[in-house]
Amino acid sequence: MLCRRVIPCLDVADGRVVKGTRFVDLVDEGDPPELAERYAREGADELVFLDISAAPEGRSTLLDIVERTARRAFIPLTVGGGVRSVDDMRDVLRAGADKASLNTRAVEDPDLVRRCAARFGRQAVVVAIDARRVPATGAIPSGFEVVVKGGRSPVGLDALAWARRVVELGAGELLVTSIDRDGTKSGFDTEQLRAISDLVQVPVIASGGAAGPDDFIAAVRDGGADAVLAAGIFHRREWSIKAVKAAMAAAGLPVRTMAADPGRVLQ
Amino acid sequence: MTALPDAARVPVTLVDYGAGNLVSIEQALVTAGAIVHRAERADRIGDPALLVVPGVGASAPAMERLRAGGFEPAILAWVAADRPFLGICLGLQLLFETSDEDQARTLGILRGHTVRLDGAPTLPHIGWNQVERQRHHRAFAGIAPDADFYFVHSYVGDPDDEGVVVARTEHGRRFVSAVARGRLLGVQFHPERSGADGLRLLANVVRIAAEAA
Repeated sequence: MLCRRVIPCLDVADGRVVKGTRFVDLVDEGDPPELAERYAREGADELVFLDISAAPEGRSTLLDIVERTARRAFIPLTVGGGVRSVDDMRDVLRAGADKASLNTRAVEDPDLVRRCAARFGRQAVVVAIDARRVPATGAIPSGFEVVVKGGRSPVGLDALAWARRVVELGAGELLVTSIDRDGTKSGFDTEQLRAISDLVQVPVIASGGAAGPDDFIAAVRDGGADAVLAAGIFHRREWSIKAVKAAMAAAGLPVRTMAADPGRVLQ
Repeated sequence: MTALPDAARVPVTLVDYGAGNLVSIEQALVTAGAIVHRAERADRIGDPALLVVPGVGASAPAMERLRAGGFEPAILAWVAADRPFLGICLGLQLLFETSDEDQARTLGILRGHTVRLDGAPTLPHIGWNQVERQRHHRAFAGIAPDADFYFVHSYVGDPDDEGVVVARTEHGRRFVSAVARGRLLGVQFHPERSGADGLRLLANVVRIAAEAA
């Protein structure tokens, strides 16, 4: 049976893991590949790097980080943020990523999803959908509206209609973030997740709002999510990946059983 | 473990036909004891102990690129001579005769076809799933019977000959997740992305190839 995945997300800017001033200790801990390898050892089923570099040279730094990570952590890696063209996606895949995540640029140019899927296969194309709750209207009948630019700009798109459209265009997976819940530690928006996971056949990754293992369980059980992504609670070490997966297993959800530490296997 | 001298490493050629990320498979093979050479054309395959065809994506463009690189006759001759071969994901699917995905005519080394994984609750089938062995194969030595491996695909190989089936996996229905014939092995999952168990499988494959050389 297919396991439900737990995915730590690392925000990367100009070569460092960042998460605001509250996470100074983390920045000092080492570079992204080191943290990625630690998460892999702890049982992460996949990794997501979100590139939030401000400077243009942050891009080549990111590709270097992707390659160093791919050479150390033998689990799948997705890169999001700043993938704005087929060539950008080619670069991150060549550096060692397995998937690229499209967000703002897909809203501006939906055909980019089709072009990337045609070139690299739909299994490599993740579309990130950031959504917030609004009163249902004719334009937003579901009451879930797509926003871009980190949640600051509504774009007048219904999140359900957008989800259906990007899957038709070639998205192989959806990363659904509740902007209302993101960073609030009030749990995932399971109603939003359920509405989208019932609508599409591709796997849905839940994001935004995790406070503890119960939220991960709810995202899967109530939201229908195939995978659950979180950043802060892992970075701050409030919960270990191992503890979250143990709680999911205890709740009857299928999770991956870990073999030995990869570093010791071949000795 | 990566400090082996080159002379102690097993030569492996990785077929590079533009099918995506080669960094992880290359590094995983190195970690598993190989010295890896990438061949962009068939005349650069050399004389390795093991030939690896990786790949994700659709069959028709992959076959076009394999043919453009002169790889089709080279792979057929390699397998006909029963030399060690590993096909991963698309590299497994291409071993069959045709693909339903785009009606591509594929290598035809194994009888059967590549078909869509119909009936799956989610598609693509993405994530970790159990690889249930149907018979003994040395590639899985030391790996627990319920070990999870990483999959990312929508199509599966459907062999005519039950005798080639090594493992099956359940996602909506049971499908063939590993095949073998002689020194040929094909896996639908990605050992290079399957953590410690994946590295162990690759180390087994590399060691078996070295014994055959």
